[in-house]
Amino acid sequence: MKQVFSRPESLKDVQTHFCPGCHHGSVHRLVAEAIDEFGIASQTIGVASVGCSVFLYGYFDVDVIEAPHGRAPAVATGAKRARPDRIVFTYQGDGDLAAIGMSEIIHSANRGEDITVIFVNNTTYGMTGGQMAPTTMPGQKTSTSPYGRDINNDGAPFKMAELLSQLEGVAFSARVAVNSPKNVIQAKKMIKNAFRCQIEKKGFSFIEVLASCPTNWGMQPLEANKRVSDEMIPYFPLGVYRNTANL
Amino acid sequence: MNNHKTEKVFLKGNEAVAMAAIEAGCRCYFGYPITPQSDIPEYLSRELPKVGGTFIQAESEIGSINMVLGAAATGARAMTSSSGPGISLKQEGISYMAGSELPGVIVDIMRAGPGLGGIDASQADYFQATRGGGHGGYRIIVLAPASVQEMYDLTMLAFDLADMYRMPAMVLADSVIGQMKESVTPNPRPKTELPPKPWVVRGKAAGEPQNVVKSLYLGDGEMEAFHWKMHARYQELADKECRWEEFMTDDAELIVTAFGSPARIAKTAISMAREAGMKVGLLRPITLFPFPKKAYATLSESCKRFLSIELSTGQMIDDVRLSVARDAEVAFYGRPPGAGSLPTPEELFVQIRKNYQAAA
Ligand SMILES: Cc1ncc(C[n+]2csc(CCOP(=O)(O)OP(=O)(O)O)c2C)c(N)n1
Ligand code: SF4
Repeated sequence: MKQVFSRPESLKDVQTHFCPGCHHGSVHRLVAEAIDEFGIASQTIGVASVGCSVFLYGYFDVDVIEAPHGRAPAVATGAKRARPDRIVFTYQGDGDLAAIGMSEIIHSANRGEDITVIFVNNTTYGMTGGQMAPTTMPGQKTSTSPYGRDINNDGAPFKMAELLSQLEGVAFSARVAVNSPKNVIQAKKMIKNAFRCQIEKKGFSFIEVLASCPTNWGMQPLEANKRVSDEMIPYFPLGVYRNTANL
Repeated sequence: MNNHKTEKVFLKGNEAVAMAAIEAGCRCYFGYPITPQSDIPEYLSRELPKVGGTFIQAESEIGSINMVLGAAATGARAMTSSSGPGISLKQEGISYMAGSELPGVIVDIMRAGPGLGGIDASQADYFQATRGGGHGGYRIIVLAPASVQEMYDLTMLAFDLADMYRMPAMVLADSVIGQMKESVTPNPRPKTELPPKPWVVRGKAAGEPQNVVKSLYLGDGEMEAFHWKMHARYQELADKECRWEEFMTDDAELIVTAFGSPARIAKTAISMAREAGMKVGLLRPITLFPFPKKAYATLSESCKRFLSIELSTGQMIDDVRLSVARDAEVAFYGRPPGAGSLPTPEELFVQIRKNYQAAA
C-alpha cells in the first residue's frame, strides 16, 4: 500500500498539549511542511513566544530560542543579524504580538528584517484562560470583557496583516485561515511564500492565521471552525496585503 | 588582531568601552540613546560596519536587550549599553538571559535618582546590579571600572567572564568615569581559554541533537535543580574571579572602601591623610559581583575600622558589613547623587580624620 499522508519530518513524533480542535496543531503542521519542502530544517532557527505555542521546541525538530512575552521579533532580529545565513522564524499569538509585543513587531517589520513571522490570531489569550486580546472582536465576550468588547472602552481590534502592509520594510503580508480544506491549501501556499521570501533574501514576511480556540470560546471544535468562517473572516478578510517580493 | 596598535590613545571612558568591545570580538551591538552613555552607540554605529559588524538603534531598551539575547543564543558576542531608566527596561531580558544561561555584556553608565532623575554621577544602582535586578533570583557578573583604562580592560574581561560562566556580565560605571578623558593603552584581546559553545542554536542537521535556548522549567524538580546549579556557579565565581585593588593597606588602622570615581577621590584624600601621619588605606572592589569578601575578611583581622564611601545613601556597605570580621566596625559617608554632590578630596579628608580619630 502506498502511504499518502505522514508526519512532516521536522515535527517530532509526540502528542501535543493542544486542546481538541485547536488550530495551533494545524499551523504547526503547515509550517513544518514548508520547512521540509524547502529542505531547510538544518538551517532553521525557530523563535517561540509566550502563549499556547510556548512548547514549539517540543514539537518542532529544529533549534529553538524561547523569547520573552512579545519579544520574539527582537530575539529573531538578534539571531538573524548574528547568523544571516540561517532561516529564522517566529511563531506568536495575538496577545504576544499585538499587545505586549507591538513595538517589537512593528519595528522589526519596518527595518525589513529578513525573518518570517507566523502570527496566530485566535481573538483571545489562550494560555492564560481566555482574556480579551487586542484582536478580540467587537461584542465578543471573554473573561475580561464579560459584557462583550466595547470599542469605545477597549478600542477596535487590530488588523495586523493590513497594518504591517503599510510599512516599506515588509516584503510579504497575508492573512489565511485553516478552518476548511480549501483554506488549508491556501494557507500552506502563503506560508511557503513567506519562507521563500526569506530564502530569497527579499525581506520581512508576515502570515496572519485566523485560528480557533474552542476551549476559551466555549465551543465544540466544529462550532469553532464555523465561527472562523461566519464571524472572523468577514471582519478579518483573507488575502495578500503586500507582496513587493513578487511571490 | 595582528595589526594591533598598542600606542596610547586619548579617549572618553565610554569610547574605551566601545573600542574594547570591538577588540573583544563583539560584532553585534544593539542600543538606544540615553545620557550619559550615548557615546557608546555613537562610536559603534561608526566603527562596527567597518569590521563587518551589525549595529541597530533599537526601538527601545527592551528591544535591544532581546536582540542581545537572540544574537547570544547563536553564540555571537553581543553587547548593549544604557543608563538607569533604560537598564530598568532591560531587566526582563537580563532575567531571561540569566534563566537561559546566555552570556552577553550590558554596560550601565549610572545616572542619578529614581524615575527620570538626573545625569549626575551616581552609584545608586549598586543594589539593582549586584542583586540581579530582575525577577527570579539570579545574579550577574558586575565589574566596576575606576579609570578609562579599566573601562577598556574590564569590558574585555566582561566578555570573557560571560562566556566562561555562561551568564550576563555588566560593566557598572558612574557618569564621571564614562565621560572623562584619559590616555589608554588599547591592549590586544587576551588569549583566554574559553569553553566551546555546543549549546548554541545553529540549525540542526538530521540526526544531530536539537538545541533549545530557554528558561522554562516545568518538570518535577527541574527548576529547583537549575537554582542549585546556578548557586554553585556563583560560588565558583566567588572562589576564582574576585578582583580588587589595595592601596596602602599594609599598616592601615582605617580602611576606606569605595568603587568607581569616589575611590579615586578617596585615594587623593588618603595620600593627604598619610602626609598628616594617619595610617589609612584603600580597598577598592573591582568585581562587585562576586564581591571580594575574602579581601575584607583578611584585612579586618588586623584593621578594625572601615569607612565605606558611596554616591548613594549606602548600598555597598551592606556587603562590606557582611564581609568584615565581626568585631570590625564599618562607618559610612555618602553623597546621594545629584548636581554638585561629588565629594572633594578635602571633604573626604575630613571624614577620614574623623573616623581615624574614632578608631584610635
Ligand atoms: C510579561 C508577561 N506578562 C504576562 C504573561 C502571562 N501570559 C502568558 S501567555 C499570555 C497570553 C497568550 O496569549 P496569545 O499570545 O494570544 O497566545 P495563545 O495562548 O492564544 O496562543 C500571557 C498574558 C507573561 N508570561 N509575561
Ligand atoms: S487554550 Fe485555546 S489556543 Fe490554547 S491550546 Fe487550547 S484551544 Fe488552543
